[in-house]
Amino acid sequence: MKKLFALLLVLAMALSLAACGSTTSDNGNDSGNGGSGGNADSGGDAASGDKVIKIGMFEPSTGDSASGGQKEMLGMQYANSVCPTVTVGGEEYTVELIPADNGSVVEKASSAATQLINEGVSVVLGSYGSSVSMAAGPLFQQAGIPAIGVTCTNPQVTAGNDYYFRICFLDPFQGTVLANFAMDELGAAKAYCLGELGNEYDQGLISFFESAFTAAGGTVIKDTYPSQNSDFTSYLNKAKSEDVDVIFTPVSIAYSTQIVSQAATLGIDIPILGSDTLDDNKVLEAAEGTDVELYVSTFYQEGGDPEFDEGIKAYINSNSDALTANGGDDTISAVTAMGYDAYFVALEAIKAADSVDPADIQQALWDVTYDGVSGHIEFDDVNGDAVRDTAYIKMSDNAGGWILQTQQTVE
Amino acid sequence: MLQQKQKKTGRLIALAGCLLLLVLVVVLENTLNPQGMFFTVLKKSAVYTLVAVSMNLLNGFTGLFSLGQAGFMLLGAYTYAIFTLPAASKDSVYYLYGGSAIKFSLTDLFQGIFGSEGAGGMVALWLTVIVALILAGLVAALFSWLIGLPVLRLKSDYLAIATLGFAEIIRAIFTWDVLGPVTNGSTMIQGFPTFASFNIRLANGETFYLSSFVPVFFATVCVVIVVLLIHSTYGRAFKAIRDDEVAAEAMGINLAKHKMISFVISSFFAGVGGALFAMYINLAQARNYTTTLTYELLLIVVLGGIGSITGSCVGTFLYVAASEWWLRGLDEGTFLGISSPLFRTGFRMVVFSAVIMVVVLFFRKGIMGGRELPDLFRRRRRPAGKEARGK
Amino acid sequence: MNILPFLLSGISVGGQYALIAIGYTLVYGILRLINFAHGDVFMAAGLMMIYISATLPLQAAVPLVLILTVVLGFLIERVAYKPLRTAPRMSVMISAIGVSYLLQNTATYLTGGQPMNYPKLPLISETVSIAGNNVTVVTIVTPFLVLALVVALVQLINHTKVGMAMRAVAKDFETSQLMGIKINNVISMTFVIGSALAAIGSMLYFTNYTYITPTAGAMPGLRAFVAAVFGGIGSIPGAVIGAFLIGICENLIKATPYTVFSDAFTFALLIVILVVKPTGIFGEKVTDKV
Repeated sequence: MKKLFALLLVLAMALSLAACGSTTSDNGNDSGNGGSGGNADSGGDAASGDKVIKIGMFEPSTGDSASGGQKEMLGMQYANSVCPTVTVGGEEYTVELIPADNGSVVEKASSAATQLINEGVSVVLGSYGSSVSMAAGPLFQQAGIPAIGVTCTNPQVTAGNDYYFRICFLDPFQGTVLANFAMDELGAAKAYCLGELGNEYDQGLISFFESAFTAAGGTVIKDTYPSQNSDFTSYLNKAKSEDVDVIFTPVSIAYSTQIVSQAATLGIDIPILGSDTLDDNKVLEAAEGTDVELYVSTFYQEGGDPEFDEGIKAYINSNSDALTANGGDDTISAVTAMGYDAYFVALEAIKAADSVDPADIQQALWDVTYDGVSGHIEFDDVNGDAVRDTAYIKMSDNAGGWILQTQQTVE
Repeated sequence: MLQQKQKKTGRLIALAGCLLLLVLVVVLENTLNPQGMFFTVLKKSAVYTLVAVSMNLLNGFTGLFSLGQAGFMLLGAYTYAIFTLPAASKDSVYYLYGGSAIKFSLTDLFQGIFGSEGAGGMVALWLTVIVALILAGLVAALFSWLIGLPVLRLKSDYLAIATLGFAEIIRAIFTWDVLGPVTNGSTMIQGFPTFASFNIRLANGETFYLSSFVPVFFATVCVVIVVLLIHSTYGRAFKAIRDDEVAAEAMGINLAKHKMISFVISSFFAGVGGALFAMYINLAQARNYTTTLTYELLLIVVLGGIGSITGSCVGTFLYVAASEWWLRGLDEGTFLGISSPLFRTGFRMVVFSAVIMVVVLFFRKGIMGGRELPDLFRRRRRPAGKEARGK
Repeated sequence: MNILPFLLSGISVGGQYALIAIGYTLVYGILRLINFAHGDVFMAAGLMMIYISATLPLQAAVPLVLILTVVLGFLIERVAYKPLRTAPRMSVMISAIGVSYLLQNTATYLTGGQPMNYPKLPLISETVSIAGNNVTVVTIVTPFLVLALVVALVQLINHTKVGMAMRAVAKDFETSQLMGIKINNVISMTFVIGSALAAIGSMLYFTNYTYITPTAGAMPGLRAFVAAVFGGIGSIPGAVIGAFLIGICENLIKATPYTVFSDAFTFALLIVILVVKPTGIFGEKVTDKV
């Protein structure tokens, strides 16, 4: 009996293999628009008859960066609900968002990217996390599909890749801004830098922070913690006993929540300085009702666009999936605002290209300008990086909100 | 006499099968959509197959429970990346450290000899990659020898945790910023030759695709070597050790020597696999070689059938395809024509892990058990009664 | 530098690892199975607390979480391990990895991967000051609670019928079966005890480190497993001592400038100990029978 069952299963697998093989061959004739495994057909034909243009969301929805990835997608989905159509060549196209989960790990990035390519997306948005973007970058380049990085701040994402653009600022800029802020506004002379071991985002920012900070005469103590660490008390105690003036922790959301809440418990009164990842509702929640002095640099200034704030809050509250993705409350994270802007930048590019062809959109992207909720966006001519010379620095009011401290620029 | 003849025909069939597979891959990639999901899955499967087979050699054939595979892959990946990265891009890649401490690059060496364009460029590329892959394997093998000296005396789970610890130590060392000028610290190394570099631009503007052929080719060569090894006297000694160490020793098998050989060879192929893995993901970065990767490989080996090379190959493809291809619809809202509000992002992995459980529970010895591909054909010829008796 | 705060958090973390490590070591002693899912049961207990305490008062939530975690551990054993009792050892281990994936992925699916805030438990969440260092009450309470639980557990194993059965099964699986011991009940019992300790451990651990992500169990799980190996898998005092050693070690390294190696050092120490004593500190020497 068991043999029979085993045989049946193998047969089923073989059949499904064959089926997939044949759909793949269909793809060959009609590359770009076909489905990839039978399951993908849902995409194009869903809005039967209507013209559809697809935008890929290359984001992590599982794994370590799921938190940021889901919030970034939230912004795109909201943008899509605000503006679900685009006019190309006098015809109205429905924009369809296609998610592809890269699982926060580079080895799954390729297949997620391939899925988007096979779905026939015209432009890709994402990803949260630079390493996955870099793993998938060459694939988008070969397929000739432009990608717009939303919050991947590593310089190497766009370097040497004409198809990768980005709307956020870069690590060297952000590191310098934060070092200047620590020096000028907080009057710090000694900084404690804490980042995740092996994470290029943390360590890159810390390096840039260090070089700017020491160049201005400060001293830096650097520490790293292993991945999935949750005990930060020893690090914070060390910072305290070293008598530093500022703690710089440009770490991902899960760690920053721990750091902030543990700093509160330990009664640490040293200012904590974070990067764009800390501009997150979960971090705010951790700081709420405590005496922690928390500063973050960010792309987006809450209250800068009340209409957007109101709209997305209503969107999040009306949709239980969105509420889960945002962690159960309706405070807006910076990445959500950036996702929202990325969607409209893509739409602008499509309009400017007046075509659904990825190649035309890639050409058009170089000249796109757009004033989003996160400020003015345009791309430079070298790598396709956003021209941004301003970062907002905010401070937690420890009552669930941010107070804008300053706009910091670098010459 | 007759047996020898049979063995010879068997080998010829196997060889022909491998060649056919390789030709098929080239033909398919150039007739079907080369950007198709099938080929991405194929590339990844080829890479994982190699590592899974190397792990199976150790766990399945020699009975050494080792969880250090990710560490050896890391060594291979970094060796490959550091020595093939063209000198011209070193400054931009090592931007945090003001350039690399290692100025040497195989790519530049061979391009200096054969030129960087056209046929010469292709020869240079193949030589670069082949030399670098061997180097990657050798570095991993060297380290495995060093670590093997103390830890191979350990038994079962103690060996597992010691090798796992070794992989973690290696990972920490490679991300240490003091070594940054060599390893690029936490930042990734990218810009070395990848699978796509092998695609040939033809004069008429078309592209001749080899990007899937390359991983399948290297994986096949390595797997064939492993299979030959298993069928050699060494292989028989390995299996004897697995089945009963004391008995094997009594038969005159040098335990320490054979365990070390198996460990070093397995690590060699893990290193090669790591290099191919770096080519697949287009970058080398230490944080990707975690224990999770090792567990994943162990999962593949056991699901495929521990002690079965065929099982590892089939298992890898099914595993990769299921996790990254066939179930994707579950994240998007519609799967096999069924829509459900349950199907939102993240649901795919829930289903996938449930599928793994089901397979483990129903195929307790893995998909292939201990059998190989030829065994499946052989079985048919046997009388039906005999089969019924075998459990 | 003031070393006291590092020692304090080392002891506290060590105690929490110990509670998880006992779960590993009990199961290993009887089934020879590395229960990879144990760390995730720990995480699941934390998540349950968050969801349950959102609707119920804490007095009700704490026992309920304890019961539900025990049920979860029991079910995992019945569904994923029991059918594989006669299968090769590796298959059972893969089943454990499968359960671990399932728990993690389900948690990601339910929480959206967001870090979830653990509720404040009265009494143990308070902060007190010791020699000028602020610590939570739980940091102080943990080692004592762990010791009390371990003593109780050792009593249970040495002086009750169930304990005797557990020891017998650990000694010789087949013979004890022949002696009329209901193997399945004994195994379930070990999972029940292990899960209950994991649940208590999770309450202590997440009170200190208040945010839970789907992978929150992986790291303490791995550490506890290492601790169990350290002490010699199968030995309860070994696991506890191993856990405290690891907890203190990793926190002391954090006081030095070599934090890069805080993990690596633990593993290096482990390898050294294993090379000197191949079955851990308290492990029994295995003799091969031909």
